[in-house]
Amino acid sequence: MAIITALSVWLIPILIGIVILHGTIKKVPTYETFVEGGKEGFNIAVSIIPFIVGMLVSIGVFRASGALDYFLNMLKPILAAIGVPPQVVPLALIRPISGNGALGMMSDLIAQYGPDSFIGRLASTIQGSTDTTFYIITVYFGAVGIKKIGDALKVGLLVDFVGISAAIIIVTYVFG
Amino acid sequence: MINIIWAAMFIVGVVFAAFHGTMDEVNKAVFNSAKEGVAICFGLISILVFWLGIMKIAEKSGLLNLLSHVFKPVLKRLFPEVPPDHPAMGYILSNVVANMFGLGNAATPMGLKAMEQLKKLNNNKPEASRSMITLLALNTSGMTLIPTTVIAIRMKYGSEAPTEIVGTTLAATICASIAAVIIDRLFYYRRKRKGKK
Repeated sequence: MAIITALSVWLIPILIGIVILHGTIKKVPTYETFVEGGKEGFNIAVSIIPFIVGMLVSIGVFRASGALDYFLNMLKPILAAIGVPPQVVPLALIRPISGNGALGMMSDLIAQYGPDSFIGRLASTIQGSTDTTFYIITVYFGAVGIKKIGDALKVGLLVDFVGISAAIIIVTYVFG
Repeated sequence: MINIIWAAMFIVGVVFAAFHGTMDEVNKAVFNSAKEGVAICFGLISILVFWLGIMKIAEKSGLLNLLSHVFKPVLKRLFPEVPPDHPAMGYILSNVVANMFGLGNAATPMGLKAMEQLKKLNNNKPEASRSMITLLALNTSGMTLIPTTVIAIRMKYGSEAPTEIVGTTLAATICASIAAVIIDRLFYYRRKRKGKK
């Protein structure tokens, strides 16, 4: 653990140092180039605001109305029948939709069942097994102005499905 | 597709609230979510400005090209439509590597730059190209060597072995990443069969 923590602390400053050193050796005007790139960063951050706000409001309304819980409860028996522990069903279903929502649910489960319980370990693994598809599509495609997303959502959700299924199978096998 | 999902979540939510007496919560959710959205983007400003500044230096000094050169064989197979020496390759690689090391903060700006380059390659059309979908699939699989946030939360709740889930998480996320590559390919072949690219 100490090594991992040290590694993640050292990694970023060293990485930045290497980039700046390499730029200086190659006679790149480092500061001016940094500013130039930074301006782009600001424009991107501002330009994705409408995409993020729009998506979060729609997800927020869906959740706050109770409709999300209603659908989750409907799916619970089906998923439980194929071996998914019912406690993690809401987490598994919300993982692709809302990153913060999933993080909150994972914390809840860990607080309730303990981090070293089977449910606690499973929740931790599910959280790390995949990323928030809706957020990634919204940000990545929103920032560059992609209107037709093609198969992106289908592919993303199928990948989430595989990741979460793998998490359940692996944790059951290792800790079950 | 995204239009229908977006509208459906909103409409179903409001109709559901009308029958279940949760309109008050919905009303609050509208404004709180909007605020949260702006907060997220503002939080991104510092990260985007800083990392894109640094990455610009790496791009101009040729470091980014050097990096993508080393991993060329793998990238060429994953992104056959991108010319091997195109700047997009460097950004794609940085994005994947940053994700793997759990530097989500650095991964997003590089992913955005990669998307921008891929859009240029696609003649600036407002539709997702094959390479864009591949990059997206890789990102949604969330390949991470060390899930730092999860470990931090486990520590907060007094876990005796906060890192014991690193192995299981890695195994699960590798499955997801392999699935991402395969599923992405299958959908590409399906599109090709249907005759639209």
